[in-house]
Amino acid sequence: MIPVVSRSEWRARERRREHLFQIVSALVVLLAITTLVVLLTKILLEGYARLNPQFFTSFPSRRAEQAGILPALVGSAYLLLLTAAIAIPIGVGAAIYLEEFAKHNWFTRLIEINITNLAGVPSVIYGLLGLQVFVRTLAMDRSLLAGACTMALLALPVIITAAREGLRVVPKSLRDGSLALGATQWQTVRHTVLPVAVPSVLTGVILSLSRVVGETAPLLVVGAVVYIGTLPESVFSKFTVLPVQVYNWTTRPQHAFQENAAGGIIVLLALLLTLNAVAIYMRNHFQKRLPI
Amino acid sequence: MKPRFGWLIVSCAAAALLTACGKQEGAQADNATAALSGKITIDGSSTVLPISEALAEEFQKKYPQVQVTVGKSGTGGGFKKFANGEIDITGASRPIREDEDALCQKNGIQYIEIPIAYDAMAVVVNPQNNWCDSLTVAELKKIWEPAAQGKIKNWSQVRAGFPNEPLVLFGAGTDSGTFDYFTAAIVGKEKASRGDYTGSEDDDILVQGVARTRGALGYFGLAYYENNQDKLKLVGVDNGNGPVKASRESVLDGTYQPLARPLFLYVNLRALERSEVAAFVQFALTEAGKLSDEVGYIGLPRQVYDLVKQRVEKRIPGSVFGAHGSQVGVKLEDLYKVEEASEKSAQ
Repeated sequence: MIPVVSRSEWRARERRREHLFQIVSALVVLLAITTLVVLLTKILLEGYARLNPQFFTSFPSRRAEQAGILPALVGSAYLLLLTAAIAIPIGVGAAIYLEEFAKHNWFTRLIEINITNLAGVPSVIYGLLGLQVFVRTLAMDRSLLAGACTMALLALPVIITAAREGLRVVPKSLRDGSLALGATQWQTVRHTVLPVAVPSVLTGVILSLSRVVGETAPLLVVGAVVYIGTLPESVFSKFTVLPVQVYNWTTRPQHAFQENAAGGIIVLLALLLTLNAVAIYMRNHFQKRLPI
Repeated sequence: MKPRFGWLIVSCAAAALLTACGKQEGAQADNATAALSGKITIDGSSTVLPISEALAEEFQKKYPQVQVTVGKSGTGGGFKKFANGEIDITGASRPIREDEDALCQKNGIQYIEIPIAYDAMAVVVNPQNNWCDSLTVAELKKIWEPAAQGKIKNWSQVRAGFPNEPLVLFGAGTDSGTFDYFTAAIVGKEKASRGDYTGSEDDDILVQGVARTRGALGYFGLAYYENNQDKLKLVGVDNGNGPVKASRESVLDGTYQPLARPLFLYVNLRALERSEVAAFVQFALTEAGKLSDEVGYIGLPRQVYDLVKQRVEKRIPGSVFGAHGSQVGVKLEDLYKVEEASEKSAQ
């Protein structure tokens, strides 16, 4: 028999449950934040002493105090720009095609499924692909260009998906209006749809690029070096990046190298936070300027 | 309603700035006096990496026009690239194996083997420990194998006659080459270890831990024991031929086994024809002893480097280990002397 409870009793019970759930949620959030704070504090305490100009302007060294992140920082910056130059046009172009031009048939659906699946492929697989296709078959050698091409592949699924989302939320009435005025489909996309979609497209692009900045595994496979005494001179130069440098330092037994690694992590974190801040800023900035 | 692409301009400016920085760096190198130029690509073992990196760093100071890069693909990965002719030099924490040698031959790649240093591990206990002077490899395995986790917790369990004293373990962190090597040499399988011990990449922490705990047992690079001899007690390792304590002598004469191994550089013979690579190899054979000691390994005796220098000058290819992989209890010096003698008699 179902026990009969009065309405007020039932409400009180539900309120207790709700209260309990709030406490549990708060605890979970607290746990996550505490972990983050502990990690950040540890890294900051360990690494802040290394953050002097010398650290940013020196090459790696076997003497931890003299070692710096210059080639790694420059390498990361080059890699980011090169990856963006390759991935953004292709990614946004693919999204525009799929969303605005392609007919919806089994073939485009197949492409869509593949793109979604690719977004979930472990990054080291992209590294192996890059090693075979770019480094060996296309003979790019273990160069910045090969690394950027590999990273572009890694970033593409996310960029395409984000860009399509951005294009999809543009109201159909805008397109119809433009087409009704006699604009061609390309003119509609170029002058009506894209400007409206730019904030969300850019957000997706920047978030996927910040993933590129933090990646280590595929670059190790493609052949980022762990010691280099010169800066990259061209896209065919050998290179190293911040995460690889940090990874190398963490495996060294001497404590001083761990401090260097912590310093590198702080720089990497600052870089990532800056990129994400730029993404947020741009989203807000462009959104305000829209006519709708 | 047109979005401003100011960010594009900013990123272009950043790119230009970076390029400018790169050029400036190149210009500085131009001013320095150096006859040699070119590129040397080194890859291979993560254990050899600190030595290769130190060599590259010093070499680069001497010849700023030469670009030396060092990768970290592991011994096996390094040999694979080496056999494909993708790199000039590869670092290895064991001699080349038969299959790797065959791959080199198939691709027409001849190499010179250069022993560069010794990697040795010390097994240590607390100085107050008066019961344990040596441990057999089997006892070490009993302590460190994965099955020991949560079970072997007292010295009395290690050997009958050891006192009832809690066993507190300190060892290399799981990311280090030391960990890989210790587990392979003692447990018999790389990375197979119990997990309930204090593991750290930082040898200072391990030294402090063992120095403060009466029932402690730990392992780390021999160089760290040498730097902290007053705080630690060295334990002999018995590989079936009686206990041997780790020291430069026992490591170099091959009696301290299995916790010592030679480290090598393999140089592509065709790359050696390039003057910058030849200069690097000469530089390595002159400086490796000093630099190895500095980064925590054991440099080889002068004679070994000299013997190898002669082999390099004569361009004698191949491995003195006959491409059979690791060999236990071999004195490097003898191996290279024997090779020398057989070369002479052949002439």
